[in-house]
Amino acid sequence: MSLPTSDFLLSLIVRDEPRVLTRVASLIGRRGYNIKSLSVGTTEVAGVSRMTIVVSGDRSVVENAIRQLEKLQDVIRVVDHALEKFVDRELVLVKVAIRSSEERVEVRHIADDFRARIVDVGRHALIFEVTGDEGKITAFIEQMRPFGILETMRTGRVALTRGSNADVPGHVYAGETRALEPAVK
Amino acid sequence: MTTMTGAEALWRTLVAHDLTTVFGYPGGAIMPVYDALTAFPDVRHVLTRHEQGAIHAAEGWAKATGHVGVCIATSGPGATNLVTGLADAMLDSVPLVAITGNVARHLIGTDAFQEADITGITLPVTKHNYLVKSAADLPAVVAEAIHIARSGRPGPVLIDIPKDVQLEAFDGEIPAPEPEGERHEPSEEAVMAAVELLRSARRPVLMVGGGAQGASREITEFARAWNVPTITTLMGLGVFPASDPLWLGMPGMHGSVAANRAISGADVLVGIGLRFDDRVTGRVRDFAPNARIIHVDIDAAEIGKIVTTNVPVRGDAASAARALTAHARPFDHPEWNAEIQEWKGRFVRHEHWSAGYAVKAITDRLGPDDILATDVGQHQMLSAQLARFEKPRRWLTSGGLGTMGFGFPAAIGAAMAQPEVRTVVIAGDGGFQMTAQELATLTRYRVPVKIAVINNSFLGMVRQWQEMFHGRRYSEVWLGDSNPDFVKLAGAYGIFGVRAESADELPAAIDAWLAHDGPSLLEAVVPHEHGVFPMVPAGASLSEMVETAPEGVAK
Repeated sequence: MSLPTSDFLLSLIVRDEPRVLTRVASLIGRRGYNIKSLSVGTTEVAGVSRMTIVVSGDRSVVENAIRQLEKLQDVIRVVDHALEKFVDRELVLVKVAIRSSEERVEVRHIADDFRARIVDVGRHALIFEVTGDEGKITAFIEQMRPFGILETMRTGRVALTRGSNADVPGHVYAGETRALEPAVK
Repeated sequence: MTTMTGAEALWRTLVAHDLTTVFGYPGGAIMPVYDALTAFPDVRHVLTRHEQGAIHAAEGWAKATGHVGVCIATSGPGATNLVTGLADAMLDSVPLVAITGNVARHLIGTDAFQEADITGITLPVTKHNYLVKSAADLPAVVAEAIHIARSGRPGPVLIDIPKDVQLEAFDGEIPAPEPEGERHEPSEEAVMAAVELLRSARRPVLMVGGGAQGASREITEFARAWNVPTITTLMGLGVFPASDPLWLGMPGMHGSVAANRAISGADVLVGIGLRFDDRVTGRVRDFAPNARIIHVDIDAAEIGKIVTTNVPVRGDAASAARALTAHARPFDHPEWNAEIQEWKGRFVRHEHWSAGYAVKAITDRLGPDDILATDVGQHQMLSAQLARFEKPRRWLTSGGLGTMGFGFPAAIGAAMAQPEVRTVVIAGDGGFQMTAQELATLTRYRVPVKIAVINNSFLGMVRQWQEMFHGRRYSEVWLGDSNPDFVKLAGAYGIFGVRAESADELPAAIDAWLAHDGPSLLEAVVPHEHGVFPMVPAGASLSEMVETAPEGVAK
């Protein structure tokens, strides 16, 4: 589960306020941090959302990005996955052109190897859903490329910290909570 | 529970927090707030002549008092006229709450008359901002905005209130204000690491910035207990008394010889409440090349942002300085002190009629309680070099953003906060004209601000750079063909004015200017071309400082 040296995975626990995504994106853009992917969704706690961000840069740049993000009023916590063990997954939808029945069989064989699911069947195209880490997704896309990829949509990586701790502060789970030093804003 | 409108809730919450002086300018989308104001006789609303004047006045108020400044504007152009002041307050960490009206909720997003997405526009130049969707949220939002503005690293917060939210009635309570002055103690581990490094120093230097304006006593005790030479940045002037032999002046582009040489020669540098701005560091890789650095700041994001920090100390300046004082072991390094004393003897003497001569004559007349505001440019750097501050919060200047037009309205705000002290503003002929309309505000409220316009008929700082770095090709910097008669301009507002055109005329002019009961303006007509020195050219290291004007360059 090692990251390329230039990619850093962060989880942001944020208040579900208007423009919170804009605030995060604006800060990252304004400070010139290089963002590779960002995904956002609601959490099990009302009013709290979660973002997974992949930032590339050297370690000092990313540490500064974390400190800057922590200053946003709507950011409750930034989890630095260089320090916290995590699992991450990405989901992709890939629409592959099908020109012949031979191709259809071949494509389905490759898909089986990747445990990809077919989510739409057309006369001249199939849409696959693949879930996995970034490497698996990229490999699947490369395998499909010779057949003719019509469209793809990747969610970007989503991550959770391993173990029974919860990243949302004060969220007691399995008897463990973490005492957090709140950022001075 | 009390029934009130959004507008009433706004005023009640401000009053509950003792924020009873506000600077503003009305307009269509803020009218319910101004209507409700008439029922709050304890609130003093200062009507400026431009929203930019209002926000800089609120900044001046905040910088002089350390409390939150408040300004109000209407939607659209009123709100966008605040943007410069918000950016200024953001970079200089000024606690500010800006209130704007907006179009009614159902019109938002329709490009309605005087609609601007001010929360979107100000997102990168505010510490936080709000678009209030329900009147019932207002008491909590205003209280939270005040808290955010003044806690941690202070900064501006904007509250945008749609017109129908101002009018909307609800049943609610005004929250009790939180106590001010929260402390953030540094960790014992960080303090001991700093102490250990400090004790190893042979050539130590302390550098303090604007973040220490509220920690003057603790910083002074720290510096004296350790006997460490002390530099104050542009924003830190006044934190440490200038009369103390340990004081070395200001660092950076127009810093003192002593400060810049001490930084270049230091083996341990303690920075407290500063952010190593590029105007302070010069070329970063050559900044303090021999020093290990201890950086104390309340904002963790500033530590290690620009310079490599050996000992990061996160905490407020007062708590950190107090903790370091407790472990003091006074330095006794005669060679280092002898070097510093030699450097302190090297400074520009303003012996002939010039901008520097005029600024020195004015600043020499200031007492320790007097407030000095400046605008931005040559007169600002000369004032920073020549004024001698004994106390914090007596110096109001736009540091980070370098906002021309800041000085005069900021002086008005400060003078209204502290009418018992004298407030002087030194401005250039260029910058003064950017907010000169606030002469009307002086007249309206009879604020006894003392204005000095150092008139060289040029945009002097730009001219100096064109002279030194652009082959003396003067491009759009000559104002002399169209400047007003500043004494007459003051007179047009009923303000006393006096002019000095030579060193001989100056003392009597200053006497008349300062003795006048009420606001007054001094115009010092100085030679067109003069430079500010010492100077570290942009991109050079501090050790490449040019101490006096090179051959052929205006002094």
